[in-house]
Amino acid sequence: MQYAILCYHSEDVVCSWTKEEDAAVMTKLEAVMGGLAKVGKLGPVARLMPTTAATTLRKSQEPPVVLDGPFAETKEQLLGFYVVDCQALDEALEIARDLARCNPGGAYEIRPISYFQPGVAKT
Amino acid sequence: MTDLAWIDAALSSARPQALAALLRYFRDLDTAEEAFQEACLRALKSWPENGPPRDPAAWLIMVARNSAIDAARRRSRQVALPAEEVVSDLDDTETALAERLDDAHYRDDILRLLFICCHPDLPVTQQIALALRVVSGLSVKEIARAFLVNEAAMEQRITRAKRHVASSRVPFETPGAIERAERFAAVAAMIYLLFNEGYSASGGEAHVRALLCDEAIRLCRLLLRLFQSEPEIMGLTALLLLQHARAPARLDADGAIVLLEDQDRGLWDRTMIAEGLALIDKAMRHRRPGPYQVQAAIAALHVQAARPEETDWAQIDLLYGALEQLQPSPVVTLNRAVAVAKVRGPEAALAMIEPLAEPLSGYFHFFGVKGGLLMQLGRTAEARTAFDRAIALARTAAEAAHIRMHLDRLVGDSAPRGPARATS
Repeated sequence: MQYAILCYHSEDVVCSWTKEEDAAVMTKLEAVMGGLAKVGKLGPVARLMPTTAATTLRKSQEPPVVLDGPFAETKEQLLGFYVVDCQALDEALEIARDLARCNPGGAYEIRPISYFQPGVAKT
Repeated sequence: MTDLAWIDAALSSARPQALAALLRYFRDLDTAEEAFQEACLRALKSWPENGPPRDPAAWLIMVARNSAIDAARRRSRQVALPAEEVVSDLDDTETALAERLDDAHYRDDILRLLFICCHPDLPVTQQIALALRVVSGLSVKEIARAFLVNEAAMEQRITRAKRHVASSRVPFETPGAIERAERFAAVAAMIYLLFNEGYSASGGEAHVRALLCDEAIRLCRLLLRLFQSEPEIMGLTALLLLQHARAPARLDADGAIVLLEDQDRGLWDRTMIAEGLALIDKAMRHRRPGPYQVQAAIAALHVQAARPEETDWAQIDLLYGALEQLQPSPVVTLNRAVAVAKVRGPEAALAMIEPLAEPLSGYFHFFGVKGGLLMQLGRTAEARTAFDRAIALARTAAEAAHIRMHLDRLVGDSAPRGPARATS
């Protein structure tokens, strides 16, 4: 089963990290990701730009409306995600705990993936 | 990161919202600041034991408010509320308050907090210092260091600014559309100046002053998060990000300025550039151009060129033309002349800056650009006169050293080459 680990954290807090603090967190996370990659469990990973760079297409009406900003204004924002391949929820939770040790604060939402398309776009 | 580092980050990111709410409540900056300080002390005691609250800003506002009321009661010799009760039974009230905060006009609260720092009577340096102290929560020591003055002088500057703000009456009602737009403009201008304070630094001081750029970007993002659909705030945020992205390449090992065309483009911060470009993209959709958006678009053209020769100078010329319409100023025309020199040659550029001689007679960059253009035309003697004047007007050693380098080339190098841009 593939799981998405959705990363929620206060953008204010993350944006106020210094370059060095940010780099230190990323190094630790990369070590965890490296371990997962080695055993073939790591899928795509993305870190999102701040929500100020977001645009929302409200499609509940025709024609849809374009709004500036994220879909929901929440105290903690969706800042990125991991896709991991796990036997069961317990294993996904274990991975999330490993990631959490590198980057405390906020929350991870672990959500099973029902459709996955690895895509072809090069970044 | 340690527990304490996390709490520190949470406190400083909650500060603008919490302080803004407390200011509306107490209508007095000193009282609001003292109350917030007290709440932070309690947070440092309570959060490591009980874990961070769901909404740090709401927690801080509640605790700060209670402690200030408590202190006022104590002063008036009435029975004080037991402090423990205030902190322990917080969960429900916190939720209720958080909901009210979402409904309340906390956006305008924060805008007001920023705006009172930009009082037109205050000199720019005081506006900036006040904003750094009050909104960003930097210590007087940190601010003094960034401004290269001693702590006592900065303390005095901030105290004086606060006294001024206290006596001026900024209305606490929700502002109307025009009033809000005016507040935006004042706050945006202050943030831009704050950024430039840090950006114009060079030499040994550059490192400490970079803090000012970081704070400016933080305040700009804060403003944009509160008012998501303001294209000029998107433009300003983009402009600051695109300029700051070049910071790692702007000074050489000795702290001397490296011109844009000579910078190692591999050192530019690609993450910041990507975010800046994304914001310009968003801003353009609104079709409400403004000076910050145009300047951001110019900065974008520079950072998008893989090599200096690939810079789209014709487009930059057009954008400066648009900027001249939106915000006419001799400095804008001077910058445009640099692009014109690239597109139509130094002669056309020289003709363009001729009328600027009087308004810019005391401006370092004018003589730098003029000297460069004359040099390209082989008018060496006139170029030297212009460069000499530039050196006399230089504000920093790095500026003077840069012009001296051109003078040396005039003497030693027969191949004409001039400073390409008024700024780096």
